[in-house]
Amino acid sequence: MSATHHHHEEQDFLFKYIFSQDHKMISKQFLITGFLMGFIGMVMSTLFRLQLGFPGESFWAIDFFLGSWAENGVMAPDKYLALVTMHGTIMVFFLLTAGLSGTFSNLLIPLQIGARDMASGFLNMLSYWFFFVSSVIMLISLGVEGGAASAGWTIYPPLSALPQAIPGSGLGMTLWLVAMAIFIASSLLGSLNYIVTILNLRTKGMTMTRLPLTIWAFLVTAILGVLSFPVLLSAALLLIFDRSFGTSFYLSDIYIGGQVLEHSGGSPILFEHLFWFLGHPEVYIVLLPALGITSEIVSTMSRKPIFGYRAMVTSILAIAFLSVIVWGHHMFVTGMNPFLGAVFTFTTLLIAIPSAVKVFNYITTLWKGNIIFSPAMLFSIGLVSTFISGGVTGLILGDSALDINIHDTYFVVGHFHIVMGLSAIFGMFAGVYHWFPKMFGRMMNNTLGFFHFWITIVCAYGVFFPMHFLGLAGVPRRYYTNSEFPLFENMIDINELVTWFAIVAAFAQLLFVFNFFYSALRGPRSSQNPWRANSLEWTAPVEHIHGNWPGEIPEVHRWAYDYSKVDENGEYISGEDFISQVVPLGPNEKDGGH
Amino acid sequence: MVALVAIVAVLLIVISAVQTLKIAELWAINKGKVIYEVTQKQNKVQALLMLVFLVAYFAFFAWQVWKWGDLMLPVSASEHGVVTDRLLNITYAFIIPVFVITHIFLFWFAYKYAYNPNRKATFFSHSNKLELVWTIIPSIALTVLILFGLSSWNEIMTPVDSEKEHVLIEVQAQQFSWSARYAGADGKLGRAGVEFIEGVNAMGVDIKDKNSKDDKIVRGEIHLPVGIPVQFVFRSIDVIHSAYMPHFRAQMNCVPGVKTQFNFVPTITTEEMKKITNNEDFNYILLCNKICGAAHYNMQMDIIVESKEDYEKWLAEQKQFAEN
Ligand code: HEM
Ligand SMILES: [Cu+2]
Ligand SMILES: [Cu+2]
Repeated sequence: MSATHHHHEEQDFLFKYIFSQDHKMISKQFLITGFLMGFIGMVMSTLFRLQLGFPGESFWAIDFFLGSWAENGVMAPDKYLALVTMHGTIMVFFLLTAGLSGTFSNLLIPLQIGARDMASGFLNMLSYWFFFVSSVIMLISLGVEGGAASAGWTIYPPLSALPQAIPGSGLGMTLWLVAMAIFIASSLLGSLNYIVTILNLRTKGMTMTRLPLTIWAFLVTAILGVLSFPVLLSAALLLIFDRSFGTSFYLSDIYIGGQVLEHSGGSPILFEHLFWFLGHPEVYIVLLPALGITSEIVSTMSRKPIFGYRAMVTSILAIAFLSVIVWGHHMFVTGMNPFLGAVFTFTTLLIAIPSAVKVFNYITTLWKGNIIFSPAMLFSIGLVSTFISGGVTGLILGDSALDINIHDTYFVVGHFHIVMGLSAIFGMFAGVYHWFPKMFGRMMNNTLGFFHFWITIVCAYGVFFPMHFLGLAGVPRRYYTNSEFPLFENMIDINELVTWFAIVAAFAQLLFVFNFFYSALRGPRSSQNPWRANSLEWTAPVEHIHGNWPGEIPEVHRWAYDYSKVDENGEYISGEDFISQVVPLGPNEKDGGH
Repeated sequence: MVALVAIVAVLLIVISAVQTLKIAELWAINKGKVIYEVTQKQNKVQALLMLVFLVAYFAFFAWQVWKWGDLMLPVSASEHGVVTDRLLNITYAFIIPVFVITHIFLFWFAYKYAYNPNRKATFFSHSNKLELVWTIIPSIALTVLILFGLSSWNEIMTPVDSEKEHVLIEVQAQQFSWSARYAGADGKLGRAGVEFIEGVNAMGVDIKDKNSKDDKIVRGEIHLPVGIPVQFVFRSIDVIHSAYMPHFRAQMNCVPGVKTQFNFVPTITTEEMKKITNNEDFNYILLCNKICGAAHYNMQMDIIVESKEDYEKWLAEQKQFAEN
């Protein structure tokens, strides 16, 4: 792209900050919008945790935030479902898909591969603005007649198709579908741009095998998105047809509200297949960027090369490939052909192998390192812990014979929050702490970061670990309260404890919010390469300039992981414990960790 | 107004906390050498916290098992459930050690290899041998789990042989209640569909089908004979529901327009289970486990498991469909 001729143009405020086509600015826009949505999603979860921990009790917070959804400070049962639905939707798509990928793919792809900008700055800008519009519509849907979509983030029909079934399936659901359609467009524009940029705009010497793992992760994530999001779009379109134009793709044999509906011949199971064809890869769309980010950080802050670079890349590819052929594990008890169930069990458990390789490689990277515990490093180590803790229970859920009894219980809620929710959010926090100097030219406060990390990880496990026990006791998810069942009488203590942890966790995030804004405005100025890292972004000046590098784009001569490389005498080759990718190889030096 | 005051108060607390921390940090920076933006002292504290966290995490895990272990579901009351419970235990025996060992390595290494200015990190970038080892070991363990899992799964999902003695029950879900239909003396369920729903015929049974005549419709609770296979057929007339019977390790979705099935052999009567759980009020339940609307959280039906004689006596008391 000919970004250079823009170089000296005066950009007025509107184009610099609002309709910017600069990847660095767009990245910040994604970050702020994503965090804002995430914050709303978090407040929602705290509110419905209040209801779960103290069912039927009145709270001013519920009254204050929910107004007409909660009479006398007690939320209505169908509004509980609306909150859970919107919480899930916001967290998965808005915070951890657009917020995470949008921020870091945009920031890091051009900077780490040595490009002046994304392949198409214009599409990139569109991608953000589609995301923005989609967010606004999603938020507006909270206020419409009948309430927001309430059929769970998985919006299975017929519940999501029939306003008679739940009020949220009226206008709220329509807006949900519209918002998601726009969201998908945003995601596709972004992903295509990322793919093209990575494949075509690498600087001289930046071969695929010299790419930092972040870039590999973003590339594979984008490919997954391009393959699977369109399927969700078609699922949503068919649902729109069923809802508004009387078709019967998903509907058949329905008697509701005292009458038999005209629909016949469709099957809700078709929707489930289409939904999960996206839904499962989505888990990895959320997770892979976090794995990429933390691989980079763990290596840098251990002052050691990432262990098994090729194995890390291979496992990213293997995970991505397997992730598109496992969707059926969400449907073991839908009455699907048992043989199909067996196949999905097989493919699902296979994913454990590349995942295990990743974990072992992380741990081996720490071994004999020289570790600096920046807040980013803490969150990266936290990610390894959550990835293990949540991953092992996947072996239970992925085993069809075992899933029969815990499907849709709180065990699942515990599992996916830890392995996907926490891992991804830890990766995102790690990324922000680490690349904050690159984004804002200033440092975040460490002490606050330390407190933020420790309170968050303790409370996060306090919230989600006990949920496994609830699930093993047979407590279903998406229940407004457990108090209707004598069987669950003893669960109230667990639910209360979880709620307390959730409240503290939510308040702890204020530490981060404060640190973020305070540091962006008043934090100490950062040096050009504060973490003494090898990758290309740290060779660009602290001040953001259009085109990223003032002169020529630097040429790359080695992979990104030459940390603590020594010669025969045990002395650092470069005199320091890191060697930037732009430093040419010495006469006896081999590349790629050999 | 209260809300506003509270928010302001929280903000003030946060801000003052931050100021204190900043002072502490400045002080720390003055005292210690800064390495990579983190002071050595901070680094040591964080390293130590790694160990503390490791211990605390395991302690929390153990505490939960100790405190809540008794709240978990009692022994399985179905034949296949015993098998899947065993599979679950085998899986635990694999994943808990993995969880513990990897966590020990993770946090122990983090602690042990904290920054030390007198040491160099070891440039160790790959080892085919190691990587082969940790690809192969999980593969073997997984093969065992997969084989065991799939053989149980196939057995569980095979419908009851219709020649064998069994009970055939159709369970119908609707917002927000359950009804059930027993096949009656002919062992066959009559035709049913939403188009036949009318007045008292809430399950939409086709009156003209001769197989319907002796069907028996019950609501509120179902009875099952101990030791005899029960073949369930599930239907829904509005949205998707899921029939979940946790004590029997049984669950199947109820999907409008599609018939699904599940079967199991109950092995423990309600009375026996009262003794096992030490709870006079114990009752087996069937509950809805797929989000289905506002009252999803309260969609239940009792299940009573009793001797064959008691079961037959109860069934004889239920009215036949033709009598309604
Ligand atoms: C403040 C931290 C959080 C708390 C306390 C929390 C709590 C909960 C609870 C209690 C549920 C309801 C479970 C149910 O009834 O099925 C839920 C649902 C969900 N949460 Fe979170 N959550 C948090 C953060 C997150 C994050 C970071 C993610 C991102 C992946 C996430 C994704 C979801 C999803 C996808 C659902 C399912 C929604 C549905 O059932 O439709 N949550 N959460
Ligand atoms: Cu999945
Ligand atoms: Cu239901």
